[in-house]
Amino acid sequence: MMKRNLTTHHSATLSAMERQEEDEDRVKLFGFWSSPYVYKVEWALRIKGIQYDYIEENLENKSDQLLEYNPVHKKVPVLIYQGKPIAESEVILEFIDEAWKHHGDRILPEDPYDRAMARFWVRFGKDTLSPPIWKWFTTQGQEQEAAYAAAVEQLQILEKELDGKRFFAGEKMGLVDLSLGPFSYIIPIYEEITGVKLIKEEKLPSLLAWMDNFLNSSIVREHLPPMDKLKLRCQAIREAFLKNTN
Amino acid sequence: MEKATENAKNPAPAAPVKLLGSWASSYTHRVQLALRLKGLEFEYKEEDLGSKSEELLRLNPVHKKVPVLVHGGRALPESVVILQYLDDAWPETRPLLPADAFDRALARFWCHFADDKLGPAVGAVFASTGEEQEAAVRQVHENLALLEAELRDGAFRGRRFFGGDEVGFLDVVLGCGSYWLAVFEEVTGARLVDADAFPLFHAWLRDFEALDDVRETIPAVDRLLEYARGVRHMLLGLAGAGGAANPADEAPVAAPPAAATDIAVDI
Repeated sequence: MMKRNLTTHHSATLSAMERQEEDEDRVKLFGFWSSPYVYKVEWALRIKGIQYDYIEENLENKSDQLLEYNPVHKKVPVLIYQGKPIAESEVILEFIDEAWKHHGDRILPEDPYDRAMARFWVRFGKDTLSPPIWKWFTTQGQEQEAAYAAAVEQLQILEKELDGKRFFAGEKMGLVDLSLGPFSYIIPIYEEITGVKLIKEEKLPSLLAWMDNFLNSSIVREHLPPMDKLKLRCQAIREAFLKNTN
Repeated sequence: MEKATENAKNPAPAAPVKLLGSWASSYTHRVQLALRLKGLEFEYKEEDLGSKSEELLRLNPVHKKVPVLVHGGRALPESVVILQYLDDAWPETRPLLPADAFDRALARFWCHFADDKLGPAVGAVFASTGEEQEAAVRQVHENLALLEAELRDGAFRGRRFFGGDEVGFLDVVLGCGSYWLAVFEEVTGARLVDADAFPLFHAWLRDFEALDDVRETIPAVDRLLEYARGVRHMLLGLAGAGGAANPADEAPVAAPPAAATDIAVDI
């Protein structure tokens, strides 16, 4: 069972000197309970067997530390290692694989072409698949129908890529699985709230199986967000969006 | 993706390299420059983006875009993916990314910044006028200020290039695109890279553009100006089109309405 030390964020900023005195080899992660990007990083740390201190941020009242460590985007997740911050989940995942190369399983494949394609699919998930899924969840009527169709089109591309494999990376999960992983619990929540099925067995059987494989993997099933709380949050988000567009 | 045969799993680095690209695409220039910096020979094929070849559509079926690198019968799309592939597949050549894991993370972070924030902001300036453009210009300045701060007293302080004494991954990514800034200033009248406001960024860009490999890669300014004028004319002529960049495109400039092709200026 991975140890995750909970720390409430400091209300006063630590001085630079004090920070240096802290154990610099200790890994720290700034996160938020519902952020899928944070979970990707946490699963990666678990794959590598890395212990870390977790700091829960209040995104409506961000800590001075977070703002100092990620001044450009002011977002979570931010990983701190040896006193230095790394931001953006994609970047953090590659960093984790490189910094702890000889710990646990590799997150990226060895072969140059496979590495390249793993990066390609991560980008695909972010730039091409996420937007229509988000749009589908936050709209209604014709706009929602169009987004739904676009989302299914992109999912079919993924389905073809997955092609019956257990994970995108093969027998064990890898970068693409971690990156797309949150969809395995987010999409069912969206389906429940909207009352519409996005991932249908007859059209996307590999993806459906993959979602199951992912959620039931030892790494993931031990660390998932609280689903009831997440569903309420998603519901509130959808309602806020629908209200704004009327 | 295109997989010629099972045997092509690990193509010998000596297998021929082919690049499909477009002369005005800064994403294409990134790959051309990277190949030159590494001393790798390649065959270049110019694609007409208004009439894409069957080969391009087959090699990049998901996005149908340039650049695409073909090596040992396998196709790789997306400039940032390709650049890292070049390092991985030819480890004996001059590396683009730094050796240290943290420095690599920094380079990747700012690469995303260039493509996800700065690029679209510059594209928005190019695709708009009036108040909308002014807002876009402010956005570009904010983004450049962040880079300037990193050059001045952040991760890249004291360096001639982002990669250090020599150009690296981030220089290639940022540099192949930043030459559009001067072109856009000329074409739109907006002031983007003020030498007074962004002295270090300005100096870096000047040094980058003076390199032989870069001069060989980037088209003559006249051609770029003519091209940009044409695109802007078309973008504004198709009126109503706001500065909203389509996040799915590799071309961050506002995607013109469906009728137009991706004759878009890349940053």
